Order: sequence, then C-alpha cells, then structure tokens
Amino acid sequence: MSELAVEAAMIVGATPGRGVARRFLRHRLAVLGVVLIALLAVGAIGAAWLAPADPDDIDIANRYARPLTEGHVLGADDLGRDVLSRLMFAGRISLSVGIAAMLVTLVVGFAVGAFAAYHGGWRDTVLMRLTDMMLCFPSVFLLLFVAAFVPPTLVSLALMIGLTCWMEIARIVHAQIQALRDADFIAAARMAGAPSWRIVLRQILPNTLAPILVAATLNTANAILLESYISFLGYGIQPPAASWGNMLTNAQSDFEVDPWLAVFPGLAITLAVASFNFIGDGLRDALDPRLRDRA
Amino acid sequence: MLRYVVRRAGQAALLLLGVSVIGFALMHLAPGGPLALYTINPTVTAQDIERVKHQFGLDQPMYVQYVKWASGMLTGHWGYSFFGGRPVAAIVLERVPATLELMASSMALALLIGVATGVLAAVRRNSLFDYATATMAMVALSLPTFWFGLLGIYLFAQVLGWVPAGGISSGHGGLLDRLHHLLLPMLVLALVLVAQWSRYTRSAMIDILSQDFMRTARAKGLSGRRVLLGHGLRAALVPLITLAGLQLPMLVGGALVTETVFSWPGMGNLFVSALGTRDYPVLMAVLMLGALLVVVGNLLADLAVAAIDPRIKVAYV
Repeated sequence: MSELAVEAAMIVGATPGRGVARRFLRHRLAVLGVVLIALLAVGAIGAAWLAPADPDDIDIANRYARPLTEGHVLGADDLGRDVLSRLMFAGRISLSVGIAAMLVTLVVGFAVGAFAAYHGGWRDTVLMRLTDMMLCFPSVFLLLFVAAFVPPTLVSLALMIGLTCWMEIARIVHAQIQALRDADFIAAARMAGAPSWRIVLRQILPNTLAPILVAATLNTANAILLESYISFLGYGIQPPAASWGNMLTNAQSDFEVDPWLAVFPGLAITLAVASFNFIGDGLRDALDPRLRDRA
Repeated sequence: MLRYVVRRAGQAALLLLGVSVIGFALMHLAPGGPLALYTINPTVTAQDIERVKHQFGLDQPMYVQYVKWASGMLTGHWGYSFFGGRPVAAIVLERVPATLELMASSMALALLIGVATGVLAAVRRNSLFDYATATMAMVALSLPTFWFGLLGIYLFAQVLGWVPAGGISSGHGGLLDRLHHLLLPMLVLALVLVAQWSRYTRSAMIDILSQDFMRTARAKGLSGRRVLLGHGLRAALVPLITLAGLQLPMLVGGALVTETVFSWPGMGNLFVSALGTRDYPVLMAVLMLGALLVVVGNLLADLAVAAIDPRIKVAYV
C-alpha cells in the first residue's frame, strides 16, 4: 500500500480492510479458489468421519472397480482400496506439507531478507548473493537429491521443500525494507521518538505484509506441486500411506486395466494448486490494484 | 564491458563451487553414507564394506575426497559408476544430446506461442482473449507435469495411437521417426513454459505500450504493426532475454520429470535411475552438469542484456 493510500484512509477514517475484501470478492476465480480449498480441507480434516471406507481396507474381489460401481464412488485401486477415501486421507498429507513448507519459506525468507537489509554492508551482499545463487539452482534436482537420502516424514518433506523455496520472500522483504527505510513516514516515526522495534512492527511489517501474503499463497501452491513430484517419483510419503503424488506412481502401468486411477489424484493436485494460485492472484489485485499488470 | 564480463563470470564460478560443496556434503552426511545400500544387504559383510570403502577412497577425510573429486571434475576424470564400472563421463555425456533436443525444441515452441499470445493479450488488454489466456496460463502453471504427461500418453498413445508412448526413436527410423517420438514430450514440457512466456510478455508489453517513444512512433505515422513489432517488441527484448535465463531452472526440472514419464534417454532419466541405485559419481556429475547449464545460461542472458542495454552494465560497474 502506498503512503498516499495510507493518508487517504486516515483522512476518511476508514480501515483499508473493507476495500480489500470487496476487491477480492470481485475476483471470481479467487473466490472459487477459496471455496475449493475449503472443500478439500473439510474432506481432508474430516477424512476419519466422512470417508466412505477405511483407506487401507483391501478388498481383492473388487480390484480395479470402476467409479460408481461396487459401492466405490471414485472406484477402487489395484488392491481394491476405495479411491475416494484414499484421496481424502492423502489430502491431509499433501495440504499440510504445502502449508508447513510455506511457513518455512516465510520464516527463513523473512529472517534472511530482514537481516540483510537491516545490517547492510558485507552481510547484505553475502546474504543476497546467496539468495541469487539459490534462485538459479534447479530446485527439483536438489530436492530429489536430498529426498533420496533423508527418510521422508511430514516434517522432513516440509523442511526440504521450504528450504529450497524461501528466496522470493527474502527478496521481497529485502526490497521492501530498503525502500521503506528512507520513506518519509518512517523518518517521521523516528523523529517522533519511536524505538526501532516499534518502527519495524508498526510501520514496516504492515507495509510489507501485502506482497508477502501474496508470495506465501503462491509458495503454498508451488510446495504442493513439488511434494507431488517427489511422491510420484517414490521419494515422498511411503505407501501404504497415501499422498496425491504416490497414488499416481503406478498409474502408467495400470493404464491397460484401469485408466481412471490416473485421473482423480491428478485432478486433486491440480485443483488444490490452481486454487492457491488463483487466491494469490486475487489477493494481489485486492491488496494493490496497480499490480494487476505484473506477471 | 570486460570488467562486467569478468565480474559476472567470477560470480558464476563461485555459484558452481557452492553447488558442488553442498551436493558433496549432502551425499556424505546422509545417514549411512554412500554405501547405505550395502549395509542393509545381509550377504555383504563388514569386511566387504571396509574393502569397498577403501577401494573408492571413502575412508579418507571428507576434504581430501572433495579436493580429489573436484580436481577430477575439472580435468575430465569423472570417476567410475558404482554400478557396472563404466566411466561416468561416458555415461553422462551420451545422454546430453537427447536432453538438449527435448529442451531446445520445447523452449522454441514455447517462445513462439507464448510471445505471440502475450503481445496479443497486452494489445487487447481486458478483452475476453486477455482473460481467457490469463486463466489458461494459470491453470497450465498449476498442472503437475507428470500427470499431464500421463494423460497425454493414455489419450494419444494408448487410445488414439497417434504417437508412441515413450522413447526417443524406434531404433531404425530416420528423422521423421524421431520427430514422431519427440512430439508429445515436447508439447508436455512446453506447456508450463508457454504459460510463463505469455504472462511475462504481456506485462512487459503493457509497460512498453504506455511509453512516450511508442506514441512518438505512432505520431510519425508508422503503421500499427510496425510500431508494435519494430518498436514495441524490440524494447521488450531485454525483459524477455532475462526471462529466458530465469526460466532455465524450471526447464531443467521440467525436463527431468518429462524424461522420466516418457522414458526419454536423457540426463533427467539418468539422474532418477541413479538416485534409485545411489550411484554417487553419476549423481554428482549430472547435478554439476545441470547447474552448469543453468549458470552459463543465466550468464549469457545477463551479458546479452548488458550488450543490448548499456544502462545495465553501467549500473553494475
């Protein structure tokens, strides 16, 4: 938000929140994204109560059951396990890895960006060069490399993904703090005698919040995508536990018998990732309408 | 200009050094170390493991191993595969052409489609076309590449039988046969790239369309097409070259996944199978080659941008 907008909001005595909400609600795809994420989250969180069957219940008689047959809404897999139930439990893993990884990117990115911008000098140069380095590294290679050697758990996956994706947040925080350090209203706050921690919390943080919120949402989408890649290649959450990615591992060899097995897990990944992407898009438009024309 | 080139090349070399140290450290600090696969095999005794360790020099201090490995990398002695014992350089280099074929064709295709739709969307801003391409680009960016590949194989190879399900050629065929094999993986890999090019071109063009020199060009009486292509697109060259550099990590990562799904005999496929067997010398070589590709690509993009736009190099020096 610009200084002008802050001033304008102060003059009319309105909170900026209402305009943001209105603009967000106008972005139809973002609203659709919120609804879809809510549905996926309810399915995942409530899996234990809502799922039609036990996700690990093997039913050899109904192997490769087609959708809407034998009491399986989305069909059954190669061991006769109910696909819908597995999708719901898999959602727990995929969504929580995505969100936890996003939190890791926030913490690391904010720490690196703020530390560099606050201290300046050689520490700034070293940290931001490191950020540039990480940014031009093919993260899928590094991720697979680490994933193959570390036993996969929810925590290790979130940490690995988070530690390869924090760079954008660091750059945003760094740029924002640098720009704000010289802004007039910061100088005014300093002259009014505000201590520096108060300036960081009350002036700088709210002003960096908008772009960070947007980047965090997009990071969640990216993290879910990366988790599915790792799981698909067999280095993520291990079977029999289900994740959306590892449900697709055998899809290629099962084409001949049951192509449906390849459809639903991929659809779940795409819906979740696209929803977070659209929400990020909507947030960006709502928080800063001038940004609509940026890629 | 020379100073700028030297400076950027130095940064690139430093980056490669960093990648090699991180990769090397990760591999050797991993639980079980490089021979983890052997320790769980009941037929392999502790003495066997000691012998193998000694044979591969794994019993020496880590910095000694690193220096040995790094100097070997620089002089072309890349070591021998843990499995089969072939020289790593031969194993990896024979995979390079296939990967380059896939990456270059996808990039070219993505560039053509992406820039065209991006320019059109910028010119017809807020039109139905603009919103439709923006939405499609977002969906394309959200599709897991491997899933899109799987669906493509099912539909076009298994059901319709238009293209082969995988591989780079049928072994005997000529150019046409290779193109036939290339078609589907190229499209799959290009999809994400098209989305990026189109979004990026659109935003760059919108910036440019409102610039004074565009109004001047129009005022001079140039035709709309000449203004757009001669002045507009030319000014967009700098951001587009920058994107080409930034896109490389995504291209390399996407190629890895695409190659795996289509059993394409490239470096990505090699990397994934070497991961399964913990073949360290091969893994490190592919990792370094991937990093080299990205770093050199980025360096070239930066130098090209500096050559086109003198302001950038001034800002650096």
